[in-house]
Amino acid sequence: MIDIFSNTLIIIGISFDLFGCVGLIRMPDIYNRLQASAKCVTLGTCGILLGVFVKFGFSAAGVKALLCIIFIILTAPVSAHALARGAHRSGVKLWEKSVCDKYKDSVQ
Amino acid sequence: MRFIRWLAGLLFIAAIVVLIFAFLDVPFTEKLGLYLLICFLLSLVRMFKGPTPADRAVATDIFGILVIGFCGILAVSSGKSWYIDIAIAWALQSFIGVLALAKFLEGKNFDD
Repeated sequence: MIDIFSNTLIIIGISFDLFGCVGLIRMPDIYNRLQASAKCVTLGTCGILLGVFVKFGFSAAGVKALLCIIFIILTAPVSAHALARGAHRSGVKLWEKSVCDKYKDSVQ
Repeated sequence: MRFIRWLAGLLFIAAIVVLIFAFLDVPFTEKLGLYLLICFLLSLVRMFKGPTPADRAVATDIFGILVIGFCGILAVSSGKSWYIDIAIAWALQSFIGVLALAKFLEGKNFDD
């Protein structure tokens, strides 16, 4: 029963990783790519590590997997925000069908 | 033309998934690790092809996240617990590396 549950969580995580990487290939713009590939983090890798925690229980490996989940959830939005800010400041253009750019208005 | 490219990519990914699931003679959890290798391949394509340096930085970030998940799958399939230690160390190193890349992207005009 525990094996079935943890394998289901790991399969959900791997499918979200696959969809995020397809979005990394498919999207037209760097900001769209960043938004699509940030889905790899919260449901992809955290789903896999949650499956590892269910598999090992409250042993050393399971608690370390929980610590890794907390660390990833805290740090992944920070790195994504820093990348978007750096790309916008280095002068990467938006896609030509983008509607509005509020960061440029707020900087000036 | 665009629809044909979309259909070809979808058929390629579906063919790899069916081929790994049906015809390979390895245990089930190692098959899951092989599925994750497709994700590594896609992010490497973006890393080689990206038009701007920021695209390569995004691909590097996602590559680090995928390595953490791969370490989790290796820990499940082999039953050894020290793969999770590698995952935690890789998470720290990847976070600091991506922050350094983002500061490098800002170039001359970072002032805070």
